[in-house]
Amino acid sequence: MQLLEVKDLSISFGGLRAVDNLNLTVEKGELYGLIGPNGAGKTTVFNLLTGVYKPTEGSINLNGVNITGHRTAQINRDGIARTFQNIRLFKDLSVKDNVKLGLHQHYRYSTLTGILRLPKYFKVEKEMDERAMELLKVFDLDGEAETLSSNLPYGKQRKLEIARALATDPVLLLLDEPAAGMNPNETQELMDTIRFVRDKFDMTILLIEHDMKLVGGICEELTVLNFGQVLRQGPTKEVLNDPEVIKAYIGE
Amino acid sequence: MKLRKQTKKEFITYAIVLLFYAVVMILDVTGNLKSHTKGLLVPVCYYATAAVSLNLVVGILGDLSLGHAGFMCVGAFSSSLFSVVFKESAMPVGLRFLIALIIGTAVAALFGFLIGIPVLRLNGDYLAIVTLAFGEIIKNILAAIYLGYDEAGVHLSLKSFTLQGEGKMLINGAMGIQGVPTDSNFTVATLILILTLVVVQHIVDSRTGRAIMSIRDNRIAAESIGINVTKYKMLAFTVSAAIAGTVGVLFSHNTSTLTAASNYFGYNVSIMILVYVVLGGIGSIRGSVIAAALLYALPEMLRGLGNLSNYRMLIYSVILIAVMLWNWAPAARTWREKVFAGKGGKADAAS
Repeated sequence: MQLLEVKDLSISFGGLRAVDNLNLTVEKGELYGLIGPNGAGKTTVFNLLTGVYKPTEGSINLNGVNITGHRTAQINRDGIARTFQNIRLFKDLSVKDNVKLGLHQHYRYSTLTGILRLPKYFKVEKEMDERAMELLKVFDLDGEAETLSSNLPYGKQRKLEIARALATDPVLLLLDEPAAGMNPNETQELMDTIRFVRDKFDMTILLIEHDMKLVGGICEELTVLNFGQVLRQGPTKEVLNDPEVIKAYIGE
Repeated sequence: MKLRKQTKKEFITYAIVLLFYAVVMILDVTGNLKSHTKGLLVPVCYYATAAVSLNLVVGILGDLSLGHAGFMCVGAFSSSLFSVVFKESAMPVGLRFLIALIIGTAVAALFGFLIGIPVLRLNGDYLAIVTLAFGEIIKNILAAIYLGYDEAGVHLSLKSFTLQGEGKMLINGAMGIQGVPTDSNFTVATLILILTLVVVQHIVDSRTGRAIMSIRDNRIAAESIGINVTKYKMLAFTVSAAIAGTVGVLFSHNTSTLTAASNYFGYNVSIMILVYVVLGGIGSIRGSVIAAALLYALPEMLRGLGNLSNYRMLIYSVILIAVMLWNWAPAARTWREKVFAGKGGKADAAS
């Protein structure tokens, strides 16, 4: 079943076509990789998918619903959550509060209920605390729930960002260079985490990555971008052995 | 039930205010309070209230607003107008003041909402400049309005006019509103301060407050997890303006003449309140209260220094600079961290 269907997606910045006629289909439950050299337009694709940029042409369908042109906040409610290349946590809030913000849309009470401290406030806050701790436990962060998120070590900040994204209860998770800045050990651990997230949460994952070991190790399907255009698309093994792809990455 | 850490922090703040109130009351009853000091009590409370409300925008939402005095001005004039009109009626004083408080708060909230629509599209320096401009516009318009009624009806003008027969000038241009009933007192002002603390601290420690702080910390990430940024920005700005309106009511009902003069509602007053917020610690509600109380009372207290009192504004500035260095200079911070090791590290935002 097709979860994400991108058709003829393009965006121009002035004269530059940063993404040119991208077609992409991600099946439900798939681990899909988006790779390409620096400046190929990978992050721009993410920004198009999450409504940060409006596409010049083309359409984005999620679960058969056209979500092209929706605002970022709406797209999250439509079911797409993401992480960022340069980690974007709420740095002056605790680890737990970061996850509770992910739960914001699903656990509700009004501002007035909060001010008056009505019973519903205590009930919903307690439910949020419990759910947040569950999620933190999954990522082995429950011991640091009260720590300021900016005081976490780098690898854990990455995990927390994934936990926060999952808290919004998405159907599709976008990971933007999750292994950036990690050493081989951390990358290995991250691969396990990503697989674990897919299996445990039944998640469909689309990720951008430079680390070939990670891409080759966990992605099932790949799209290679170069200068905004699709260079090659298909199963990971075939794509990575393609001479064109090797040329784009390593040179002749 | 064990008290949560946040709840405990909130109660300490209320306790500080109540303790201050109790000490003042005991001094007053035993006759140890000079009338000059007494005159400072209501302003101390309402400037503390103003600082707490400004902190909601500056510290919790993370937007620099310099128009706070403008909202105070709106609250002051709208409520005073009501009080002057109903001064001679049979309405009990308490009820009249309560309605005045509600009117001042509501009108300022409305202005906050309307001004927030264009202003909150901006960021950083631009937002600061535009809020400053709006504050000045409000003050200058109110200083130019003439409003009165006579046998021919109600007159509203930007030029001075003479009344025909029986009538009364309500707002007399730069002369402002005369004869506002002095309904404010220290007890009411303390109650308002505590009420403000309850509202602001409860907002901060709730789903709403988390959303507001998430915008401060990382707007893009907040949007990516579905937070409605515009809604929460408007909410914080409107609540802050509303409380500034309440402060205006307390202000105007503390003296009988109300004018839209610069030294009451100009940008320098907005900046003075901002100084309280910054020195108390951005985002720290309790800090705002303490800083406002100390810094407002300080120049007044320095008057009592005899010959030195000529230098009181100089001493005041030196103290400001010293506190600023103590709070923010890197060297002072490292030294403090060394001395008070063990604190910090834990989530300590928005106490």
